[in-house]
Amino acid sequence: MQALLDNLDRLWSGFLTTLGMSVAAAVIATILGTILAAFRVSPLPPLRALGATYVQLVRNTPLTAVFFIVIFGLPAVDVTFQNFFIAAIVALSVYTAAFVCEVVRSGINSVSTGQAEAARAIGLTFGQSLRDVVLPQAFRSVVPPLGNLWIALVKNSAIAGGGFAVADIAQLAPSLARDNPAQVLAIFGGIALAYMVITVPSGIAVGVIERRTAILR
Amino acid sequence: MSASVLFDDLGPRGRRNVRIGSGVGGLFVLGLIVLGLQRMAANGQLEADRWAIVFDPRTGVPQSLGRALIVTLQAAGAAMLFATLLGAILAFGRLSDHAALRVPVSVVVEFFRAIPLVILILFLFLGARPVLGLDLPRFWTLVLGLVLYNMAVLCEIIRAGILSIDRGQSEAAYALGMRKSQVLVSILLPQAVRRMLPALVSQLVVLLKDTSLGFIIAYPELLQQARNIINFFGSQYSLQLYVAAAGIYIIVNFLLSTIAHQLEKRVNRSGRIAAGATVIAGANEDQTLAAVARDNG
Repeated sequence: MQALLDNLDRLWSGFLTTLGMSVAAAVIATILGTILAAFRVSPLPPLRALGATYVQLVRNTPLTAVFFIVIFGLPAVDVTFQNFFIAAIVALSVYTAAFVCEVVRSGINSVSTGQAEAARAIGLTFGQSLRDVVLPQAFRSVVPPLGNLWIALVKNSAIAGGGFAVADIAQLAPSLARDNPAQVLAIFGGIALAYMVITVPSGIAVGVIERRTAILR
Repeated sequence: MSASVLFDDLGPRGRRNVRIGSGVGGLFVLGLIVLGLQRMAANGQLEADRWAIVFDPRTGVPQSLGRALIVTLQAAGAAMLFATLLGAILAFGRLSDHAALRVPVSVVVEFFRAIPLVILILFLFLGARPVLGLDLPRFWTLVLGLVLYNMAVLCEIIRAGILSIDRGQSEAAYALGMRKSQVLVSILLPQAVRRMLPALVSQLVVLLKDTSLGFIIAYPELLQQARNIINFFGSQYSLQLYVAAAGIYIIVNFLLSTIAHQLEKRVNRSGRIAAGATVIAGANEDQTLAAVARDNG
């Protein structure tokens, strides 16, 4: 316990790093994933193929491999990032975007065809039926899985510290544990707790939003 | 296409617009590919001998990647087996009528779901000896970490699958005089397995991908092996070897998904899908399950 208390400042800065990394990656992944989802539901075959290929490739690649390629592979084609923190955000965004794409797409598809047909039947334009009928319903079924993705993203960000020298919460674990072998349990307990400070309230919030936005289908 | 929510079958003008749009979109995609290749060519990444190292048996690289694949699959296989078994047992515990069993099982499941797998593996690696008094080899450190995390996720998938079965099924079984365990094992579980197969398989794919975390504890799985090879041959091969390792993961995962898809089709064809649980209900249920599965990202 003492080791953890002595290093509270490092834990705090690690916590902020984890949070910052996750928030940045979440924002980028949401934007990129939504664009990819738009590609996947568009009537244009080349864009559909691009979206589908991206999702298939990235979803089947381990996040660790994405990290390795971004940090050690891309410099070989002159794509470098200022530091590991930025590179980690890039890797997490690229990876999570594929999952966001699938969530958004299945959200759009979960709206029953009758809804859009009815919208067209009463004379709404494509834009109107999308804005007033389809998307509001799609949004409701998308929020809970997006929330779960956020939680998964926070947990995934631990790879950056565990393996790639980003000074986040996870990176603190091995260095503190090596210095204080007698306190390993307390150290890891504190570190698990630091993650749970983010993940548990997020989980509760997802549940609340899910209940609030639930509609009868 | 007519099944899409967003647009109808197109008329002649719409089809022309789509053709034009496809042309533009095609050029955009082509542009991306050309840009990528150009960058690679400019840095000499396309030269044949850069890539030959991955395929030429004389370098020993294909052999050692093959060995790494086997080692990866061993860890994944062991973890899948134990995680599924424990996940099922935990799911039964969480569905129990007795709070004395339900509450502690729920706490265990929620705990392991809430912490990152990396932290779990690091803890087992650094803490097994001082805290648990165990001398875990690297293989079992990785497998145990994967099992602890995935059993919690699988527990939730199995639980959601069982809960998704129409209540009439268990009511009918009780009316026939079956015991609780009989209802669970011979009525609910067989139907639930069919429902949760997609979520189950996508979680097993996640598990397979997560074996790559073995690199943190220097377990010689594919990425760790790729790193060792790069250390030996020099960093000019970084891109090639990491792409190769990722490619092997993609192929294996793709095969796993394909096999599962075939299995799913067969299971559904032989389908004695029960009266209450018709296909219409199935569509929504799949979504709930998918949401659970996404926990893992």
